Amino acid sequence: MAEGAGEEKKKFSIWDLPDVPVGQLPPHLELQRSRVSCNKDAPIHTESIQYSGAYASMGIDNSSRLDRFSNNFRVEVVRLNEDDMEFDMIGIDAAIANSFRRILIAELPTMAIEKVLIANNTSIIQDEVLAHRLGLVPIRVDPRLFDYLSENDQPNEKNTVVFKLHVQCKRGSPRITVKSDALKWLPNGSELVKETRNATSDSSSKPETYTYFGCSQETIPEFVKNPIIPKYPDIIIAKLGPGQEIELEAHAVKGIGKTHAKWSPVATAWYRMLPEVVLLEDIEDDLAEELKSKCPVNVFDIEDLGKGRRRATVARPRACTLCRECIRGDDWEKRVALRRVKDHFIFTIESTGALPPEVLFTEAVKILEDKCERVITELS
Amino acid sequence: MEHGSFTDNSAATFSLTDEDHTIANAVRFNLNQDPRVTFCGYSIPHPSEARVNIRVQTTGDPAREVLKDACQNLMLMCRNVRCTFDKAVEDFKASNAVKAMKIDSQDSSGDDSEESE
Repeated sequence: MAEGAGEEKKKFSIWDLPDVPVGQLPPHLELQRSRVSCNKDAPIHTESIQYSGAYASMGIDNSSRLDRFSNNFRVEVVRLNEDDMEFDMIGIDAAIANSFRRILIAELPTMAIEKVLIANNTSIIQDEVLAHRLGLVPIRVDPRLFDYLSENDQPNEKNTVVFKLHVQCKRGSPRITVKSDALKWLPNGSELVKETRNATSDSSSKPETYTYFGCSQETIPEFVKNPIIPKYPDIIIAKLGPGQEIELEAHAVKGIGKTHAKWSPVATAWYRMLPEVVLLEDIEDDLAEELKSKCPVNVFDIEDLGKGRRRATVARPRACTLCRECIRGDDWEKRVALRRVKDHFIFTIESTGALPPEVLFTEAVKILEDKCERVITELS
Repeated sequence: MEHGSFTDNSAATFSLTDEDHTIANAVRFNLNQDPRVTFCGYSIPHPSEARVNIRVQTTGDPAREVLKDACQNLMLMCRNVRCTFDKAVEDFKASNAVKAMKIDSQDSSGDDSEESE
């Protein structure tokens, strides 16, 4: 704490200083603990002070108990559409927010095309390139209705979705573009017949195909009204010239983003901390106009004080992109402070269409709970 | 798998397979918040191998119990997050539905519907 400084010209007594608040941190330490200061060259105080005994010498308990967390934690939804959502999480730490983001991107299961059985491909797109493109097409189906398919399992109606693609460009007709709406769902399983070696196979039974469907997937109640189709019907898969043909069957299975990015259910998911823009001194008249024109996203506004004097105010701090234009130049760093609030996260989730974004987030939290449970059972 | 000493069980390193930063950072955060913990940290010995080593040193309680408590805390926090999130989404959808109804009723008839906020 400050002692009577001998260098100060005016008389300075420590009895004039404000009291240190008891049970709370003094304001400058509270600023260090809860805000990231974004200076001209680099941000400082970026780490979160998690250690429970961090402020023990001041008599302040930094440990977080569950009741304090549940009292302070809030979620506010800003935007919620069919495919994307933006919401604020207030009172949570960066470690947990990052865990949710990692799970959303890499560990939520989806269905995507994995095996492509090509019967005929005379187009200029190579087999493997065509199969790769098919794998990346997002499919509108709830992955929770399916099981994983492991190596020893046989593909059946519980773990595989079969699509067929048969397009042909006749001689003399113009070139055609094959879009993803040409993928037709086969609810009864594969139609390609496996070649069996023994000629004495009983011809009365059904020929063996590449999947072993017990019943048609159309009978499952969720698929009665919603057939399984790709989410976007206008994705270009291939282009055919006259006389070229593609005939193939694609099998979609369940997987997670860690194995291959085609199984990631989000286009992306990201978060940023809430920006806080603070004017350290009153900025008036010409300086205010200059400040307002500097900001490319119009964070600042001018308010009239009457008698022709104007003052700058912070109108939309949430829009700040941290371009630091407002602190570029001499002296501006003393007037404007750019900060980030460490426990307020603005989450944005963009879904590729398999599940709506609010369901994705709930599933991600469930997966984190399952991981914890696994660790607990491993320890006991 | 716990690597510690047989005589002193207040300090140990736990080696978890098939895990990465996702759970290790979250558990480390919760461990730090526990007042019984003097030191905690995690490391990933090699990025190609999915293994995490979590080191816990406590003020006397067995490290295994402290880690289990931290995981339990994390689970309860997650449940709390889920409940709060679901409620917030429901409230948002409800308020949007009310707004849509208000706009519809203002378009069709001239009356203003009651504000429910």
